[in-house]
Amino acid sequence: MSDIKKFMYLNRRAPYGTIYAWESLEVVLIGAAFDQEVSLIFMDDGVFQLVKGSDTSQSDMKNFMPTYRTLGDYGVRHLYVDKASLEARGLTQEDLIEVAWEDFETEEEVDNIVEPVDADQVAQLMAESEVVFSF
Amino acid sequence: MADLHTVNKSPFEKNSLEAAIKFSLAGSSILLIEDGVYGAMKGTVAEDMVKGALGDRKVYALKSDVMARAIKADRIIDGIELVDYTGFVDLVEANDKVQAWL
Amino acid sequence: MKLAVQVNEGPYQHQATDSAYHFTKAALEKGHEVFRVFFYHDGVLNGTRLTTPPQDDRNIVKRWVELAEKYDLDLVLCVAAAQRRGLVDEGEAQRNGKDATNIAPKFRISGLGQLVEAAIQADRLVVFGD
Repeated sequence: MSDIKKFMYLNRRAPYGTIYAWESLEVVLIGAAFDQEVSLIFMDDGVFQLVKGSDTSQSDMKNFMPTYRTLGDYGVRHLYVDKASLEARGLTQEDLIEVAWEDFETEEEVDNIVEPVDADQVAQLMAESEVVFSF
Repeated sequence: MADLHTVNKSPFEKNSLEAAIKFSLAGSSILLIEDGVYGAMKGTVAEDMVKGALGDRKVYALKSDVMARAIKADRIIDGIELVDYTGFVDLVEANDKVQAWL
Repeated sequence: MKLAVQVNEGPYQHQATDSAYHFTKAALEKGHEVFRVFFYHDGVLNGTRLTTPPQDDRNIVKRWVELAEKYDLDLVLCVAAAQRRGLVDEGEAQRNGKDATNIAPKFRISGLGQLVEAAIQADRLVVFGD
């Protein structure tokens, strides 16, 4: 067994209404120290986690949206978004934040690792991962 | 490559069972636990979906949760196998990984 | 088989913790190794020794403790989740100036890295939640 596992974080819940989105993001941040191959997938109400423009100034809750933008610096290589979930909610990629990624060793850069994928790809991606975290 | 997908939501409450079926590959197993066992019942709006999954996937329901919810054997969709917790452990071992659809 | 178990919900509110317990017990009885049970979100509430359920109900905390005593099980509460929800051990009480502790025996409080490590070390991660 290789030391590096393919981790998939499955996000199916909206932010704010419950703490799951925020606390699962905390796992991703901590998990970066373990140098695994990390992807996140957003589906169902989870796609709302990536919608830009959140303003929590009047709800007295921690706005954790800026944290998503830093995920590229925490070893996250892919943020996949289920296309059908986006469409069902009247959203397009234009509504979502962009997350940049850079490999500091090879200087390879990707402007935006947020990627809508169709159902077959979602199924394949999940099947290929070795550990799936659900929150 | 085969995975075990656990579903703990009633199909009438949330789309977890639907998602598990939609995103699981042929050859995988789906285990209904907790309120998920309501998805094992005949005569519901979810029955056709579950029968469709039974074509190329195995569907199991946790016996103790089925019993607690007063679902009698003759109300269980044909082809769904009841397992106890030891059977749950065996399914975890028999598959490559476990994915929880909460 | 080496297992890691993640519990996302507190006791009594949701069946998830019952399911996690019965699964863990069955795995141990079959001779499998349970590397760690990691309690996250409201799951940390499984680790308070102050739980007092009615006599005709199961004692979920005590059940975990007894299982841990029998099999030397590693029961870990996430520190960040525990701090938010008021689960305190000696070390946390000292660090955060709290006047009491409430952690049950056999439980310990540690970082989220323990969950990630368990997922790496174990052959399977099994998640129980809402």
